Amino acid sequence: MSNIIRIGNGQGFWGDSIDAPVRLAKDGPLDYLTLDYLAEVTLSIMQRQKLKNPNTGYARDFLDLVERILPEISDKGVKVITNAGGVNPQSCRSELIQLAKNSGKEIKIGVIQGDDIFPTLTELRKKGVSFENMDTGADFDSIIDKVYSANVYINSSTISEALDKGAQIVLAGRVSDPGLALGPCIYEFGWKDQDYDLLAAGTLAGHIAECGAQCTGGNYSRWQDVPKLADVGYPIIEMQPSGKFCITKHENSGGLISRETIGEQVLYEMGDPSHYISPDVCVDFTSFNINDLGGNKVSISNVAGLPPTDSYKVSISYFAGYKASGQLTVSGPNAYEKAQLTAKIIWKRLKNAGVTFEDTSTEYLGLSSCHGEINAIPSQINEVVLRLGVKDSDKNKVNRFGKELAPVITSGPPGITGFSGGRPKAQEIIAYWPALIPKTLVHTSVDVV
Amino acid sequence: MKISLHQIAHARSGDKGTHSNVGLMFTSQELYEWAKINISTSVVKQHFKSIAKGEILRYEMDNLLALNFILGDSLGGGGSESLINDAQGKTHGQALLLMEVDLPDNLSQFVSSK
Repeated sequence: MSNIIRIGNGQGFWGDSIDAPVRLAKDGPLDYLTLDYLAEVTLSIMQRQKLKNPNTGYARDFLDLVERILPEISDKGVKVITNAGGVNPQSCRSELIQLAKNSGKEIKIGVIQGDDIFPTLTELRKKGVSFENMDTGADFDSIIDKVYSANVYINSSTISEALDKGAQIVLAGRVSDPGLALGPCIYEFGWKDQDYDLLAAGTLAGHIAECGAQCTGGNYSRWQDVPKLADVGYPIIEMQPSGKFCITKHENSGGLISRETIGEQVLYEMGDPSHYISPDVCVDFTSFNINDLGGNKVSISNVAGLPPTDSYKVSISYFAGYKASGQLTVSGPNAYEKAQLTAKIIWKRLKNAGVTFEDTSTEYLGLSSCHGEINAIPSQINEVVLRLGVKDSDKNKVNRFGKELAPVITSGPPGITGFSGGRPKAQEIIAYWPALIPKTLVHTSVDVV
Repeated sequence: MKISLHQIAHARSGDKGTHSNVGLMFTSQELYEWAKINISTSVVKQHFKSIAKGEILRYEMDNLLALNFILGDSLGGGGSESLINDAQGKTHGQALLLMEVDLPDNLSQFVSSK
């Protein structure tokens, strides 16, 4: 059994820094590198890529990363845990094996499957799974013909199993985000399914690290106090077998780790803090002790866990129509009044043309788009960005909206500019539908090659 | 003394489906105890009346000296269906820190000038 393992998270979401994981792997001691590439609707994009080309459907950015840190993986023994496999971890693995071979390296890669239930949705429905929307209670029949993807948030013992079989890279699809960090803890320390407090500690550690720099000084309320944010270090979990852990970062990296930077991240996307439900355990976020050790190190202990529920969460995505949005900058005397008139003119012209929408939005960026009427709008402003948006099931209507913005520059009030990106075009809306499935109906598999 | 919440508290927000959550954290036990009494759901509902159309929930986290608020129906539908600029409530934490409050003078030692 190991004493302390160091797990760094180098990717908070698909589109996060491409250099952060490289620095985590190269700039100091590290046992595990976790990487989260999936947002709620990312899998639907991958599912559609795969429909067009059966060799795609995973995060290609991950291949570029592995190429850069191959020596750390094959020679230094850093293990990589990621959900980059998307809906096609097999193809991702083939590419990785080839990539390693080209550099004269051989690496063992584990693939976790069973989370993608899109191909068996009909069968599961026949077995009595309602897939009713767990937030709204809405009937699944209302979207059944428009589903793009369906993935189960599966448990983290699958990751442990892959490591046990010798994987140096573990490729999953929809495991839970905190599970990427919990998996190696289960493997290293032999934590059991009933060790609720330990599983809760690993899950809390994963929750804190899962958004990368958001716990090391990024998006921090006292931003004035954060040094060298340009060189911000990404988080490292130092986990002990007892479930006590520290969050830290590599020496000489920028950013800040304190009770407050960690505390803020604990609160991120929090619902009822005493019942944080993961596939592995139910965590009580009101239970633990937090202790700022100074020197960019915070210790957390006494995390309490409760038994998990008997169902997994399913992330379903579906086609929900089209949307478009466009912006115009309005400047000069009475800019706000002119922006309001501009919006009125555009909506009136569309109405005159017989075009109305299921939903529209009119926002004034710089004045009220984020915080509504919380602060009074100043009487004198230099400029404001008018942002208009529409949503409709009719693509033509949404594209028609896009043609009504530019004309107002010469046929509206004076001082309008900033229309440089071309006409806004209709984009598909891929919406999110959360549901539940009994754990007994989900069958995962792990293989290492 | 009249102050703005950002002088005594930290906040972070994110989305929960069609709702957003705002975690509000304090740096001293004294401020937290004051906040538990004074930063109620009704005060927060009034502050966010132009943003949150639904119910406001509040949870207490004594171990973190934090309050967690759920702002019901505050994201214009939420997720990719929403048309609004801040469809994920990323800025709602900062919005809460704009709140002006009347802090008892005996807590003035905890007020930041920033």
